[in-house]
Order: sequence, then structure tokens, then C-alpha cells
Amino acid sequence: MNIKNDITFEYSILRAMKKIRAVEEEIASRYSEGKMRCPTHLSIGQEAVPAVLSSFLDKDDLAVSTHRGHAHYLAKGGDLPAMIAEIYGKSTGCSKGKGGSMHLIDRSVGFMGTSAIVGNSIPIGVGLGFALQLEETKNLSVVYFGDGATEEGVYYECLNFAALHKLPVLFVCENNHYSVYSPKAVRQPLNRSISAVASAMGVKSFNLDGNNVVELIDKFSSLVTNIKNGGGPILVECETYRWREHCGPMFDDDLNYRPNKEIEGWRSRDPIKAYIEELMLTPAQIQAINNEIATEVNASFQFAEDSPFPDESEAMLGEFAK
Amino acid sequence: MTTNITKYSDAISETISIAMAEDDKVLCFGLGVTDPKEVFGTTQGLLQKFGPKRVFDTPCSENAMTGIGIGASMRSFKPIMTHQRLDFFLLAMDQLVNSAAKWHFMFGSQVSIPITIRLILGRGWGQGPTHAQNLQAWFAHIPGLKVVCPSNSADAKGLLMASIFDPNPVVFLEHRWLHNSTSEVPSGYYELPLGKANVVVNGTDLTIVTSSYMVSECLDAATYLQKEHNISCEVIDLRTIKPLDYETIFKSLEKTENILCVETSAGSFSVSSEIISRVMEEEHAQKKYKAGKISLPDMPEPTGYSLTKNYYNNADDVINKVLSMTNNYEITKPIIRHSLHHDIPGDWFKGPF
Repeated sequence: MNIKNDITFEYSILRAMKKIRAVEEEIASRYSEGKMRCPTHLSIGQEAVPAVLSSFLDKDDLAVSTHRGHAHYLAKGGDLPAMIAEIYGKSTGCSKGKGGSMHLIDRSVGFMGTSAIVGNSIPIGVGLGFALQLEETKNLSVVYFGDGATEEGVYYECLNFAALHKLPVLFVCENNHYSVYSPKAVRQPLNRSISAVASAMGVKSFNLDGNNVVELIDKFSSLVTNIKNGGGPILVECETYRWREHCGPMFDDDLNYRPNKEIEGWRSRDPIKAYIEELMLTPAQIQAINNEIATEVNASFQFAEDSPFPDESEAMLGEFAK
Repeated sequence: MTTNITKYSDAISETISIAMAEDDKVLCFGLGVTDPKEVFGTTQGLLQKFGPKRVFDTPCSENAMTGIGIGASMRSFKPIMTHQRLDFFLLAMDQLVNSAAKWHFMFGSQVSIPITIRLILGRGWGQGPTHAQNLQAWFAHIPGLKVVCPSNSADAKGLLMASIFDPNPVVFLEHRWLHNSTSEVPSGYYELPLGKANVVVNGTDLTIVTSSYMVSECLDAATYLQKEHNISCEVIDLRTIKPLDYETIFKSLEKTENILCVETSAGSFSVSSEIISRVMEEEHAQKKYKAGKISLPDMPEPTGYSLTKNYYNNADDVINKVLSMTNNYEITKPIIRHSLHHDIPGDWFKGPF
């Protein structure tokens, strides 16, 4: 397939990014209503990586993610109304109201869960990849995590095991340069790249611009194929930036933990805006996409609002599987 | 039912072998499972029978390997993971507590985590502060985990089989001093229910609630007390710490009205404390029942030979505790335990530990 000439394909990536952005903006605008009563980590500014990567995955490929998992869930095809209902704590939520924003799952599309603990889902994603290898499938497991997780011991244990067994795992590090308010410079030595360390561990690694959709399409296309052909694990370090606060709907630039110049620089590199320019779409075409997404997003919030809470007795059920 | 006299460690390997033959989704991995010692013989012959895809040695990465087992279990594999001492497994607390115990509940029962984690408990011969901890109460404290602690070969087989095929994470505690013990073990596929205690000896005067290695010490104590002091002890082997079979304990207490909990862990915040607390919460229990506890000191285990002399308990300590609870006196030790050394299961024992 000549991807460059396939406008449907490119449209779908743009649409996926715009949908994530629209959902997150809607959460942000409604959050103060006090109906979404759980910690919520928005992905605004970081839409490109999951949107592009997912376009090369099918539902039998698996993925796990983190506290900042909305974009990964949605890009993988996770059910939108069920995600919003989950954030609202409703019985129709994707985790039946027991998980909230940080614990999303949609098994029907291979999205196997997200975790609130830094680094916690990495070995689980590797275990899923290990299972796929044992099952002798051609599928792969995608493990999303941030730069903070690369400071956890379990991350290195997982790189080692994946390299040792040549597992079909794609490690996707979204390096947004901050762990909450702590810049990477106070956490890791300068001039040591995450991808270089992973390479030294025996996992083929690439450093990508996480906001450059064209570059991501080019890379992910071949990397996914490589893994599916039994080439072993790969890590991509995708540099990107979160626009809003670590947790919650607001901007927190007044705290001055990030230099203004840096914020402005990244905001001027909005992956969605840049890709629209790349595709040379007309305002009418963009409006059509926006309208379609707005309808879907509004319907999802309405679904969440209209859904019942789980019965209080549900809290005491489900400790063990039967 | 045919039975064979079987060593505890052989019962473990036999069970894993039967389970792996029964279901090709059962995996067995951990540090040393394929090495020449095969984890004290508990994984012997498995590699030859089932091959390196299903039976394999691992990196020293307890936390990742636990998570990898969890991930595989979400694809309906049933991993049996082995650690030569419980203490090494402490590096995996995140995966045990935040993942294994939670993912079923927090994803609305859409995934289950059928993993079995075998942890071996050390004792004696200088095992010391970080090779001899039984942290069963920690595990039992976490909703979503099952905790099993078999006291003999037959129970090891029946409970391990049940653990492997249970759809939940199970922490399976094997006391190293039991690995060489033998008993009649049913041949072939054999399963015991998790969460059901075993009344090993019926009695009328006092209920001893115990588990793991201390069961055999309590049984010897009960025999002596019946014969020499005409005290009739009912001995309950918990078999499973979580879920805990309170029904059997309460039924016994209606008869005996005295409870002595005997365990292999430190006393404070222990399984014994929990059982006694639960008993005392029952109406009229405080007036009616007398309760006692035998446990380890709330101190790390020292390594040196002389310092461990009074650290551990045996049948003699059980005898004296029962005598003090029922007759208000104790007798001079040794009573029935005359082993030359206190830090080995018997003078016959030559290791390895």
C-alpha cells in the first residue's frame, strides 16, 4: 500500500487525533461541574503518537498504558461512551465504575488496561507479548509509558526479558520531559538518551519526534512490520509535550516550573495543526470532521450523564473471580 | 483411592507435572527451576517432560517476572512462579499488590489473574533476618489474594492443584522444613478446596489452630497432652490463610471454649491476632472463651547459632502453653523434643537449606 497517496488513511489519523483532542477539551470544560470525580490526566498535545501507531495495529494487537491513557485507549478503538461513563463512575463505564480515568480497558479491541502506578503496566504488557509469542501469533503488544517510568527498576527488567526472548513488544516511551513538576534534568543525567540506554540493553531503539505525524507514519509502518515478522522488541522514544497540568483540566503555567519559551515552542508545534497544513485540507473539510466528532463526543457525554450509578452493593462484589 | 508414600517436595513436582499435562496453558518458571538442584527437587523432570517454552529459568527480576506472569495470565495462561525464599519475592510487591490483587476488581471483573506464586519459607541453619520470614499476614491483608500454606505432602498436592486452576492469584507458602516430610498422597489428579480448614484431631478441651510447619509440632504436642495429662486438644490445620475458614474454628470453639493459635510468623499483627480478634468480636465470646497465641518474637531472626535457641517454637512450647492455659502450670523442657540441635528439623538433616 502506498500510504502517502491514500487520503482515507491520512484522514483517519487526523480524525483520531482530533477526536482525542475534542474529548479531552470537553472533559476539561466540564470537569468543574464536579461530576467526573476522579484524578484525570489529559493527553492534549500528545495525540500524534497513539493516533499514528494505532493505524498500523489491528484489534488482535494488544496494548497497555498508564494514568495518562485516554489517547491510547481511544486511538486503539476503545469505546468512547464507555470511557466517559467510566470517568463519571457509571455502571456502563468500561470498568463498570470501579476503575475511573486511570483504569481503562476495552478487551474487544485489544486494549488490555491502564495503571495509576508509574511503570506498573510495563511488565504486564511484556507478559502479553510473551503470551502472543507462546501462542505463535503474528500480533504484537504495545507498551505505552512516560519518561518517568524509565527511572523504575522494572523497566530495565522488562527490556532485558523482552530482548532475551525476542518478544513481539513495542515499547513506546512518550517523553514529555516532566514527571508531574519535576523536569527530566533533575531525574536523569543530561546527554543520556532513553533510546540509547534501551539500545545498550539489547532492544533496537529509535528517537522520534512525537509531534511529527509524517515522520511517525514512516517509522511506525516499518517498525510494526518488523516486530510482526519476528524481529524482536523495539523501543521508540517519542519526544512530545503535555499542554495542560499533570492532573486535572487546567493550565498550570503560573507555577513557573516550565520555561515560557519551552511552552510556547511546543505549542507552536501542535501536531494536529501541522498535519492539517500538511494535508492541505479546505476549511470545509475540516469543519465536516469537527462536526462529526462533536456529535460523537456530545452523545458520549449524554450517555454518561444518562447512565445509572452502579448499586452501592457492587463495592463489596468482585474481590475474586469465580 | 490409591495412595503412595510421597515426599512433600516430590508431591509438588508431581502436582505441577499433572497440571501441565492436564492443561497446556500451565507454565512453570522462576529462578533455578531448570538448574541441577531444581528448587529442592520441586521442579524435577518438568523441563524434560514439557520443554523449555513452558518450563524455564528466569532473570533475577522478581517484579518484572511477576508482571509478565500476570500479563500472560490475561491470555488465559496459568503461570506457576517459584521463588527459593519468600524474602526475594518482596521486590515484586508492586506487581502482587497493585496488579495481581487488583486487576480483576478494578476492571469490573473483565479480567482474571490465574497465577500461582510459590514462596519457600526458611528456618534455622543461620537463615537469618532475610531468609526466614513468613509474611503470610501481609498477603492475607490484601483483598484479591488467596494465601495457602500446606502442612503435609497430600495437602501440598491437593492445594497446589487447586491453586493452579483457581482463577485468582494464589500465594502458595511452602515451609522448607516440610520438603523432606512424607505422607500418604492420593495418586493421579487430586484437588482440595481452598478456604477449607482440616480438623486433623478431634478434641474437647482446647482448640489448637495452626498451619504449615507448626501442624506437626502441634500434633505431637496433642498426642502427649492426651496421654500424659488427659487433656483433649482439637487440632485444626488452616490449610488456607485467605479465605480463612472461620466456620470450622467457631464450630470447634462451641465445644472446647479455648483457643490457642500457633503459627510460624511474628506475633504482632499476625494471622493469630486476627483470628483471636475475630473470635472475641463474637457475642459473649470474651466471657466465654479463653485465647492464647504462640508465635515468633517481634524481632528479626538472628543468624548466629546461640541466638536462635529460643527464637523458634516446637511441640514442647505448645505443651507448656496448653498446660498454662488449662492447668496454670508449665513443666521443664525438654519434654518430647530432644534434638541435639535446635536449628535443624532433625539430627538426620544434612541440608541443603
